[in-house]
Amino acid sequence: MLKKIEAIIREDKVNDVKDALAEIGIVGLNMFEVRGHGRQGGITLVGRAGSYQVNMLPKMQLNIVLSDHNLEDAIETILKAAYTGEPGDGIIFVYPVEEVIRVRTRERGQGAMIYPGDIDSKKFRSAVDINMP
Amino acid sequence: MVNQINSGDTAWILVCCSLVLLMTPALALFYGGMVRRKNVLSTLTLSYVFMALIGVQWVLYGYSLAFGTDINGLVGGLNYLGFTGVGALPNGDYSKTIPHGLFAAFQMMFAVITPALITGAFVERVKFKSFLIFSLLWATLVYDPLCHWVWGQGGWLKQMGVLDFAGGTVVHIAAGFSALAFALVIGPRKGFGKSPMEPSNIPLTVLGAGLLWVGWFGFNAGSALAANGVAVNALLTTNTSAATAGLVWMMLSWLDGRPSTLGIATGMVVGLAAVTPASGYITPLASMVVGAVAAPLSYYTMRFRDRRKLDESLDVWACHGIASTWGMLATGLFATVAVNSDGANGLFFGNPGQVGIQLFAVIVTIVFCFGSTYVLAKLLNWSIGLRVTAIEEEVGLDISSHGERSYS
Repeated sequence: MLKKIEAIIREDKVNDVKDALAEIGIVGLNMFEVRGHGRQGGITLVGRAGSYQVNMLPKMQLNIVLSDHNLEDAIETILKAAYTGEPGDGIIFVYPVEEVIRVRTRERGQGAMIYPGDIDSKKFRSAVDINMP
Repeated sequence: MVNQINSGDTAWILVCCSLVLLMTPALALFYGGMVRRKNVLSTLTLSYVFMALIGVQWVLYGYSLAFGTDINGLVGGLNYLGFTGVGALPNGDYSKTIPHGLFAAFQMMFAVITPALITGAFVERVKFKSFLIFSLLWATLVYDPLCHWVWGQGGWLKQMGVLDFAGGTVVHIAAGFSALAFALVIGPRKGFGKSPMEPSNIPLTVLGAGLLWVGWFGFNAGSALAANGVAVNALLTTNTSAATAGLVWMMLSWLDGRPSTLGIATGMVVGLAAVTPASGYITPLASMVVGAVAAPLSYYTMRFRDRRKLDESLDVWACHGIASTWGMLATGLFATVAVNSDGANGLFFGNPGQVGIQLFAVIVTIVFCFGSTYVLAKLLNWSIGLRVTAIEEEVGLDISSHGERSYS
């Protein structure tokens, strides 16, 4: 079963989260800038004369598709790396994914998501076929 | 006595011509950075187009209406239509040591930038066609006569002894109060007061402000029309007023939260606008007072305008109209013939009457400019409309008016 994680985190936590995920073997991901807020209030910016409130704050959304047996490890890693304790740390959404297809080789499913040294090869090292790339 | 061309004066004023022309693209950048991304090109164009529009209008008839042979103190005649007679020889009335053509060219740059200043009032919603028609009418019916009154030979305010060295009334009060009138007619931007409408590119604005400051040396020091002590004095007072106002605005901004870059840049421009009428008549020390008072005046005028929910979008009235009103009055206080023997003394040098003359000129300018602009704007609004449609405004004028995007 495939799942997608949308992790909306602080901009300056992106490198921490990426590094932590790479350490456990989750390498494939993409991200884009988003603006928004949850319960966190906005910030006050200063204009020509006087200040004004801005409520939509810039964050980063990381998108990761993975097998659901790796889901909890990934979530735990993100939660640890993205945490500061201040309001505005972010939120994580999890969705089901129908299909994954690698463009270069046209592999589908698990085959499309395997990388050398990735999380599955770390977990099931002893069970991996010696000829697997 | 034949007027003799002085090559030093001529070289200097040739340079000033370029400096003042540069102020119009600088203004475009200053304004452009303060609007939302979807309207940056439109805002730049509103200023840029004047280099073309007045570049032609001035040569065809604008210069003549402003500086032609006087008719009843109210307007110039048509003797300089098409710049005939405006050539290489000096004109005794206006410029004894530089060619007449150079004086006319230098004045053209003022005529270009003044209507461009007004555009700050109606950015992000004005209909381009209506704006072009308004601008041509304003230049012809408001700027050219007003210029004649204050600077034209025989102009009635000039006859009264009004001191306006480089354009307090003609440029800044005119633009500022016209902007106010136009803003009252065109109405606020959609979402004004609800969405924040952040400036999209403050670096552009700061770049514009820096170029404006340098260009202002041409504007003020060049108004001496000679490379002499008065020009140097004007440069010093211009610089000092800008510096003081920038510092004071920074402190006001700090008191209200943090010292914003946009605020410091705005403060500098306010100091420049305020000292413009006084620059060739007052001392550098006096110009510090001019800048120091101009900053809070404009700052709190902006806050006032905001509280009254008037969308005079880029605060032309507060930054130019109000600042230069103070500058004109300050001229009446601090002017001294020790700085400029062609001027007069102000109140602090034994001539309290000058303040009254300055005040009168200010009131005349305000009433004339505000009134004419209000009427012109109303007429245009009633006939062809001043605004784009709601969807055009929503999409942004870059696409809807000009079919372009800033970044593709």
